[in-house]
Amino acid sequence: MNMGNSTIDLQINHQLSERGGRSFSLNVDLQLPGQGITAVFGASGSGKTTLLRCLAGLESDATAQISVKGSAWQSDQVSVPTHKRRVGYVFQESSLFPHLSVEKNILYGSQRAPTPIESNNYQHIIDLMGLKQLLDQYPDQLSGGERQRVAIARALVIDPELLLMDEPLASLDVKRKQEILPYLESMHASLDVPIIYVTHSVDEVARLADHLVVLEEGAVIASGSLADVLSNIELPIQLGEDTGVVIEATVVERDAEWHLLRTEFDGGELWVRDGGDALGSNIRIRVLARDVSLTLNPHTDSSIINRVWTRVDNIQERNDPSMLLVSLIAGDKKIIARLSRRSAHQLGITIGKEVWAQIKGVAILR
Amino acid sequence: MGFSEADVTAILLTLRLATTVTLLLLLIGAPIAWWLARTDSRLKGPISALIALPLVLPPTVLGFYLLLALGPNGPIGQITQSLGLGTLAFSYSGLVIGSIFYSLPFVVQPLQNAFEAIGDRPLEVAATLGAGPLDRFFSVALPMARPGFFTAAVLGFAHTVGEFGVVLMIGGNIPGETRVVSVQIYDHVEALAYDQANQLALLMIVFSFLVLLSVYGLQKKSHRQILRFGL
Repeated sequence: MNMGNSTIDLQINHQLSERGGRSFSLNVDLQLPGQGITAVFGASGSGKTTLLRCLAGLESDATAQISVKGSAWQSDQVSVPTHKRRVGYVFQESSLFPHLSVEKNILYGSQRAPTPIESNNYQHIIDLMGLKQLLDQYPDQLSGGERQRVAIARALVIDPELLLMDEPLASLDVKRKQEILPYLESMHASLDVPIIYVTHSVDEVARLADHLVVLEEGAVIASGSLADVLSNIELPIQLGEDTGVVIEATVVERDAEWHLLRTEFDGGELWVRDGGDALGSNIRIRVLARDVSLTLNPHTDSSIINRVWTRVDNIQERNDPSMLLVSLIAGDKKIIARLSRRSAHQLGITIGKEVWAQIKGVAILR
Repeated sequence: MGFSEADVTAILLTLRLATTVTLLLLLIGAPIAWWLARTDSRLKGPISALIALPLVLPPTVLGFYLLLALGPNGPIGQITQSLGLGTLAFSYSGLVIGSIFYSLPFVVQPLQNAFEAIGDRPLEVAATLGAGPLDRFFSVALPMARPGFFTAAVLGFAHTVGEFGVVLMIGGNIPGETRVVSVQIYDHVEALAYDQANQLALLMIVFSFLVLLSVYGLQKKSHRQILRFGL
């Protein structure tokens, strides 16, 4: 049942009849961690937004049981109305109130809270979102990225028990996305509000999420830690070229001459480009399956500098007539390699076999 | 040239009537328009049609039934008599009531359009920020619908100034009480005083033109269609 009181528990059954005539139903039963970022990932029409709307109480005819860290928001007997749930909601479009200044937009929620926000916390949020210079402006004077930062600050100021974000970057161009992501990361690092983050971008998932829920046509097809879900090759998630894992590693050495950092994780080490991270800091590294190849002997005469000794954990041949996915265990981490069936046959890849994984390229996410 | 004392009385009466009616109409029209803009009820169609009736009915029809209702044997007349107020027919109050019905669509429609243009999203945002239903109406819907209120007030005022048929049916022609400008012009024409009729009629034309100019100017500025019908 309720594991302590620190989780977010939800069961939702919601039948939507509209949507251009076809009916759609959302049926989920989830227990989500009460801290960190939970990404809800899925194609458009998979029910991601509906899930958030149910959590916020905006879908009045949904049948749901929702409890957030022990307080019941919705059950068969009661349904707390939206304005009495302490929920922050950042919509896809910033939806600022056009008739209010930035500052008044941000304080709108605080003025209605039982206890208004303390000025320290307020300053912290303004600094976190970089809004000091914008407080007197009106929404139509702001860029898309600035507006979205105001919308996030506005949702944070009510000190929500749960922050819902519905594709907050989807309406922005690549440059604006890059501008906002650092704000989201620092928010993640310095606030302990649990965040449910809806997105259809694998990049955002890899960069931000701690926990991952995958929705398909209104049903949950995976829910678990980011590493577990991304490395599970049995899941029918079609990420295509984006298939790959995320590894948290610690920076242990700086090679100033070649501009590289040596990072360690439980199963080995990886050299990455020196992005200026301090020794001892933790960074998140993405390893795509298409960049991993397997050899039986460590080639020291190769251009590839990253090699990890691994054991084959699973092989998945379902998706492609010529290629297959191999999941590999290195320490307590998993890596996925994509190789041709012929190569796998020639190398004699079987479950339990020990091989070197050569990693052609890695991306530092943060 | 110059307005006679009777003309001035008629102009002042007209302005007083239009101001009173406009204020009352905004108070009555706002909740009706809000309901029409937000509801999924099956009653939405019939109620909209009922409110729009004065747009198509001859004012004499409306005036006739109001006269019956307000008169000594009508339902409203009986109530007002039992309250010791006498009957409202052929009185200023009766005229206010008649004008409210007559001008209602001109206030409700722009307000309804303005409320519909806001959409659900700002109200949902306000709800997630802790605003209850009434709070959302006053802190979000009203300020965002401001251009609609301006249009509604101007149209309601102007339309009340311009009414004639309803006034004649339920107000009659009592100087200082029910004799408004449009009736005064009619009187002048009946008396073959064309010069005086012309002065007042010109005043009406200039006034009406300025009113419409202000509405269309605002419409252009807010990039929003506020007027839907016959203007």
